[in-house]
This record gives sequence, C-alpha cells and structure tokens, in this order.
Amino acid sequence: IMWRALTHAAMNGVPQRGKLLTLDNMNPKVKRVEYAVRGPIVQRAVQIEKELREGVKKPFTEVIKANIGDAHAMGQKPITFLRQVLALCSYPELLKDNQFPEDAKKRAQRILEACGGHSIGAYSASQGIECIRHDVAHFIEKRDGGIPSNPDNIYLSTGASDAIVTILKLLVSGEGRDRTGVMISIPQYPLYSAALAELDAVQISYYLDEDKCWSLDVKELRRALYAARQHCNPRVLCIINPGNPTGQVQSRQCIEDVIRFAKEENLFLMADEVYQDNVYAEGCQFHSFKKVLFEMGPEYSSKVEMASFHSTSKCYMGECGFRGGYMEVINMDPEVKAQLTKLVSVRLCPPVPGQALLDLVVNPPQPDEPSYATFMKERTAVLAALAEKAKLTEQIFNTVPGITCNPVQGAMYTFPRISLPQKAIDKAKEEGQVPDMFYCMKLLEEEGICLVPGSGFGQREGTFHFRMTILPPTEKLKLVLKKIKDFHLRFTKEFS
Amino acid sequence: MKKPYKEIIDLSWGDLQRAGVKPLSFVRQVICDSFPFIFFVEEQHMQVLAFSSELTPHSFSDVCLQNCIRKSFVSSGSYTATAGIPEIVHRVAEFITRQDGGIPSHPENIYISAGSQRALTNIVTILMNRKASPRTGILTPVPCYNIATLSMMAQGATVVPYYLNQEHSWELQIEELHRALESAQRVCNPVALYVINPGNPTGHVQSRKSMQEVIHFVSERSLFLLADEIDVYQDCFNGEKTEFVLMEMGPPLSDTVELASFHSASKGFMGECGLRDGYVELVNLDHTVMKYIYVLFSKDSSAPVLGQFALDLMANPPQPGDPSYPLYNVEMQNIRTTVADNAKRAVEVVNNMLGFCCQPVEGGAFAFPQLHLPPKAIEKAEEMGMKPDTYYCTRLYEESGVLVRPGSEYGQKEGTYHIRYIFQLTGLSCPFHINEHICNKLNCTVTSFHFTPFIFLFSRFCIATSADIMEELLKRLSIFHTQFMEDFS
Repeated sequence: IMWRALTHAAMNGVPQRGKLLTLDNMNPKVKRVEYAVRGPIVQRAVQIEKELREGVKKPFTEVIKANIGDAHAMGQKPITFLRQVLALCSYPELLKDNQFPEDAKKRAQRILEACGGHSIGAYSASQGIECIRHDVAHFIEKRDGGIPSNPDNIYLSTGASDAIVTILKLLVSGEGRDRTGVMISIPQYPLYSAALAELDAVQISYYLDEDKCWSLDVKELRRALYAARQHCNPRVLCIINPGNPTGQVQSRQCIEDVIRFAKEENLFLMADEVYQDNVYAEGCQFHSFKKVLFEMGPEYSSKVEMASFHSTSKCYMGECGFRGGYMEVINMDPEVKAQLTKLVSVRLCPPVPGQALLDLVVNPPQPDEPSYATFMKERTAVLAALAEKAKLTEQIFNTVPGITCNPVQGAMYTFPRISLPQKAIDKAKEEGQVPDMFYCMKLLEEEGICLVPGSGFGQREGTFHFRMTILPPTEKLKLVLKKIKDFHLRFTKEFS
Repeated sequence: MKKPYKEIIDLSWGDLQRAGVKPLSFVRQVICDSFPFIFFVEEQHMQVLAFSSELTPHSFSDVCLQNCIRKSFVSSGSYTATAGIPEIVHRVAEFITRQDGGIPSHPENIYISAGSQRALTNIVTILMNRKASPRTGILTPVPCYNIATLSMMAQGATVVPYYLNQEHSWELQIEELHRALESAQRVCNPVALYVINPGNPTGHVQSRKSMQEVIHFVSERSLFLLADEIDVYQDCFNGEKTEFVLMEMGPPLSDTVELASFHSASKGFMGECGLRDGYVELVNLDHTVMKYIYVLFSKDSSAPVLGQFALDLMANPPQPGDPSYPLYNVEMQNIRTTVADNAKRAVEVVNNMLGFCCQPVEGGAFAFPQLHLPPKAIEKAEEMGMKPDTYYCTRLYEESGVLVRPGSEYGQKEGTYHIRYIFQLTGLSCPFHINEHICNKLNCTVTSFHFTPFIFLFSRFCIATSADIMEELLKRLSIFHTQFMEDFS
C-alpha cells in the first residue's frame, strides 16, 4: 500500500514515457492464451447488464448467462446437508444449536478436529487434510466396486482445474521437436488449450465424431498421434468424460479402447470426470477410467499411468464458489510423485472450506442417518431436473431448421451445430469476427442471451456451433430455447 | 510413545489460527449468514436463519454482506466475476484509498485470488520469457520465505539474491541492490525486483526513505516492482521503528514505475489462511498487458467466495455503533495486545539465552532470532548430514515438541563470506555475543583477520499465538537450549 502511494506521487509533474512492460516484451506465450467461457462475449454481457441497471432501453430486461456451468447462479438450490455442515465448521458455536441434525454435527466435529487449531481458517497440509483424503479414497473404492485406492495418491485441489494444470506442469518438458505433445479432444473445455498455450506445450487435437453423437474413435486418436510425432513428443492423452462441451458419455468399450491405446503408445492418461453424476440418457452409464483399467487386468492396471479428476463444482452439488476438487494418481513413479508433492506445496494449500465440502460429497448421509431422506430427495430432484432439461433442449433445438442438436447424454451443456448463410459468414469476416462469434454477439445484443461460440471450444473447419448450459430453471429454459429458435430463423432470413 | 511433553507446539507457520488464535466471531457469523437454510422440505422451501437468539446476541443483519448480496452476488456456491465480486472489489479499492490518505485506487486494477501466491504466479508468468536467452531474472531478498522463490524458480526464472543487512535490523540497502543487479546482468536478464514489507521472515518494516530509494532504483534500472505486502498488520506495529506514514507527495520520479502489490487476509489479525484470500493491485500497467492478465486470471475461474468475504470484512470491519462492534473490538484488542506482549517477551527471553540474539520485532508475525552454535555442534550436524540449524531445530522438536523453522530454509550468508560481512561491523557497537577474540581482531586489517567460522544460524517462530502457548514455548526452548549448549561446550 505504501508503494502505491509513492508511485502515485512520483507520477506528478513528470513527462510521459513508454511503458516498461508491453505486449512486445511480455511473455509471448500468454498472447496465445484464451478462455472463451469468460471471454469477450461475457465481458460484453456484463457491460449490457450495467447498461440495463443504468436504465438503458433494450429489447429485454435481463441478460441470461447461459455461458458458464454455474448451477447456483441459475437458481439451483444448494444441498441442505452440505451447507449445514459447512455452517457448523465455519462457526462452531452452532454445534450447541438443536436445529442441526446429529449426523451433520458429527461430520463437522470430525473435520474441525483434523484442522490446525480446530479451525477451517488454518492452512492445511498441501496435499489436503489427511482424513479427508482417506474419505476420498474410501469413496473411490466403493464407487469402483472395491478396487483399492491409496490415500497417498489423492491430492486435494482448488477445483479440478488446479489439479489439471499441476499435472500438466509436471508432464510438459523438452525443447523443439522433443517438446511434450498433449492430446485433447476437439471440441474441448478451453482450460486445456489455455494451459497448454501458457505452458508452451504442443496441443494435439483429436476430433470427436459429431455424426456419431460425439463419440471417440481410436482410429482418430491414432491418426492425430502419428501426425503429431513428426513435430513433437506426444506424452499425454486427455479425455473428458462425460464430455464438455459435448456431453457425450463414453461407452465402456470405448474407455477400454482408449486405455489400450494409451498403453500401446506410452501415453499418460488424464481422465477429467467432474461430471460423473451428470448422466441422463438411457443406456448411458458412467464408467470410471480407473475401474475399467483395473478390470482389464494387471497387464494394464500395473502399467498405465493415469490421473483422474473430480470436483465439487458440478454434479448435483454445483458448489463452484467453494473451489473443491481432487485428483487420484495411478502408477506414478515414486520419484516423480515426490516432485508432484513438492510442486503442490508452493501453493500452500487448497481452500479448507472446499476440502470440507468435498468430504461431504464423498461421505454423504447414509440410509440409517437422520439427514438421509432429505439429502436423497434433493439430490434426486436436481439430477432429474437436469435430465428433463437435457431432453427438452435436444427436442426443441431439433425442431429448428438450421440447428442440429445431438442428444445431451450428460454434463450440463448442449453444443448444437448451426448452419450459417454465406452472407452472414462474409459479414462476420468484414467485421473481423469469427462467424459463430458474430452470431452469438448478435443474439446477445438482440435477445440478452449469453452463449459461448463454438470457436471457443474447437470444431471442425467450416462448421459452427455454440455452447449453451441447460441450467436455467425449466420455465426460463423453455423461454430461452424459444428465443434462440426465433432468433435463428430471423438471422437466417436476414442473411439469405 | 513416551515423550517429555504432551503436545506439540507448532509455531513454524505464519498461521495464527493453527497457533491457537481464535477466528473473529464476526467474520464467521457473516460467512454463515450467507448460507440459506432450508429446514422445511414441504412444497414451500423457506430460507430460515437457523440460529436461536440465545446463541447470537448480535444481529446478523447489520453485516455489510447484505449490501453485497443484493447486487451481484447470488450464492456462496457460485463462481464470481474473474477479479472478484464487484462490490467487494470496489470496497477493497476504497479501503486501499483510505489507507493511502486519499490517493485513489481503481477497482479495475485489483484481482482477488485464492491466496496471494496464485496472483504472484500469474504476474510472474506475464514477466517470464522462457525461451529468452539470457533467462528472465528476478531480484529477491535473502532471507526470504521460500515459497515465493521456489514458485519463481518453478516458472523458470533465475532468482538473484540481494542480502538484507542484519546489523541494521535487516534493512534493505540500496548499494546491495546495485551490487545484486550488477551480478545479475552477467547471468540473466533481470526484469523485476521483489521486495517484502514487512519482511518475512525478518519482520523489518522498511523506512520511507528506503522505499523511496527503491522506487528511484527500479525507475532508473527499468525494473518491474513486485511488492509483497501480505504480512502487513494494519495497525499492529511492535517496536519503535514503525513508519507507515502515507505520503502525499514523493520525490519527482518518472511515472513509468510499474508495480504489483500483493496483499492477503491470511495475515493480520483475521488470520483466515485456510479460506485462501489474497489480492493484487496493479499500478501503471499498459492497457493491453492488463487484458492478458485478465485472461490468465480467468482460466482459474474465480477466487473462493468465503475467502472473498474474509477480504471484504478485513477492508470493512464493524464500526463503533454497529451491533457487532463490541465483541469484535474486544477480540481484536485481545489479539493485538497478546501479539505485542509476545513480541516483547520473546525478544527479552531469547536475548538472555547464551548464544542467542534477537532483533526487536517491528511488524509481521515472526521473531527471527539468530543463534551461534559452538563448533562441536556444527561438527555433529555435519556428521549427521544436516545443516547446523536444521540439526538444532530437529533436536528441539524431538526433545521438546517445539516446531520452529531453521533459517537455512530462508537463505543466509554462508560462514565463508564472513570476512566481508564482519568488516561491515567495524565502527558499530556489536550487538552480538561474539567472543572477545574476534572483536579485538576487528581493529586489524582484513587480510590478517582470522576468525573461527561460527556460522550464524537462525530460526523463525510465529509470535502470534496465545500468551500461554508463548510462555510454554519459551520455557521449553530455554530448558532445551541450556542443555544443548552444555552438551556441546
């Protein structure tokens, strides 16, 4: 604070000179970093909201932010049990209050006991509070039919994103032709492309098959890999399941194929499974990569090196603001693991409230506990609502000429394909915008709906998409879908 | 397992709550207030505050959080705007403005992050050029808490040390900055100067003059200034040399000094380290560069909401007249007094122990006593394959259950460099318990100077704890130390 005062004072009465830190001399890698989910269209949306507050007249009264996977922001209620325990942890005086159920108090007490000074305000161990890591391991074992999980392989993190970037930091190395190549799907969640750009890793894109409901074909993995070997050293394969933005839930066969491929080609597998509870389509089921790996036998389970990621931000909890998450590392070389442990220590520790919340997610009320009924009711309701909205979205979009929508099998988004008239594409180019950005910007200005253009996630050349969340409450969602339908028809007419 | 103690005293972290200081009631009440409780699971879900009135004599409704929730905040479970909940960012800017005697702080220059380290990492990312040759360099103080330097090294920066001056209470001296920069320019491309004020772990509060000199320095040498002020105790200054005077006018300087100032609610009396709440204020940066800084922060989504609340409350605590003020005030005063008393007591006791010397603690949460180990102890440490201060701290922990941090973790001058180091003592009254033999030699020419290579070793311990724990610590330390020095005499 003192420094600022001095600098400001120094600014008086001195002629302007050029800046010290400029676009030219700053880190060149940063220029390639983009994160569309919070990119220019969102910034414009925020600006429009400001204008609305200031009384500027618009054809709409609110901006609907269907750009970000934030359930609570769209009105989804937090799960009572989770917040009860968090309240008890935050203000332990409440442990004396009879309105809190016993099972909530028990968990709060256990968490507090494990915290430094019995407070969630103390730093924790960098890897995360030990008893919580044990609970996570236990949860994984239960989920995966008894396959053992070692708490030492669990690293709690600030959301899954934190763990994903940490592992990438560990994996990316080499120079020139030996620079690490990382395989990631197109379309993908742009954290991956952003992190790879920042780390100066080589992004190896493999295309999901839009015609086959965004499924993954190992032949395509192979094609991408072999091409990449010409100019980099491919070492990592990232897969998001259920997918973001595409929502596909990989079949068990597909997961086996991917694991086989990873073993054959000596690739480290990164399995982003943050949407594991968000599975809606009939016939679809979540299979954890770890479970499948171990069920494939020791030839695979002892060899393939992998990290799986999970989070408190999605599923039925939607607790994005707490920044809770973890990763489990499998078959990592002990010396490398020691380095990983050192690397996470530089950030001190993940937020303790997020760790506490994660503990409840992996250790929810059991059938014999007082909070069970309410908890299950709330959880079921959230997931059922999402399933309903997933179907509704697919149905309605597919009635619009020019919009094709794959079934939303899981996750929280729809990624429909839009056909844009040539005139629109030309107009976009004139304005210096990518065509689907041009489309989405127009939608924002005319209808107050904020989506993210498909170009932010990657798509096949010549195709256009947008990503919309299915999170708004059903009635509002119906309205949004109708508005987009009307807009699309209008847009197509305008540029025909 | 039998040990001569029942409990470990862990004062190795800068973590008040771990050390036994209770969180402020007000802060935690506000946090709870943000949770809606749904107790009725019929058709109508009602949001009910779950607290019975006996438990909470103070109304929750006076909290400034209410203002915050109305506008842009939806739920503690939501992501927020990248830089933080806008109302909170504004209030932090207002807080900074007040602290700086009215010099305006702009909200668009502030980013709240999950701990100040994350913000520091993002700013260092902007400064780095991995492919550049020579490599990007950053001048950092010695001693320095190692998290910061490790983080910079992990990003590929060359860390160039400048030594703080122990004889002058760990002051930063401009000649040393010049020297460090000269030496740096041979091996890397220095782009930034990292300063910590108050010092961590030294506790030294930079004088205004020193800070002016540093501003001149970075301006002349075209360096970016990284000011780590996370250990700022807003109104807790122990010792006489406190000089947090807000300046209206400084010496004429160019307006190109570009600065990132880091702060946190982890420190100070709130001590909410576990909530992970920090922020950076960016001054004079190029607009285009700022756009890229936004992108870097945006891929982390946003800082934890509870941490943002803690920051807001640090910037806007209860005021006289608010229902929560009486309890808040009592709790704050309690902590303040305890820490000040602890500081005095620690320095007093430690300075009375043979071989120990402790600079007065002026700011920050730590005491940083130096310790002269007898040669026999140093030999024993070498035998065991440990640095001497690590050996001491390890034995202290094993035998007394007291956990403090050895100074070698922070960097210090090597024993072999002592000729020049001691040379600086000439003419000054020696504050150390250095033996007579060496003191006499100080009057001779340096070339004929021989001295027993005592290695000056340091440990760090957190003084922000309860008075009882501090007494217990000092007692155990005294007993252990007396025995240790006897064993190795």
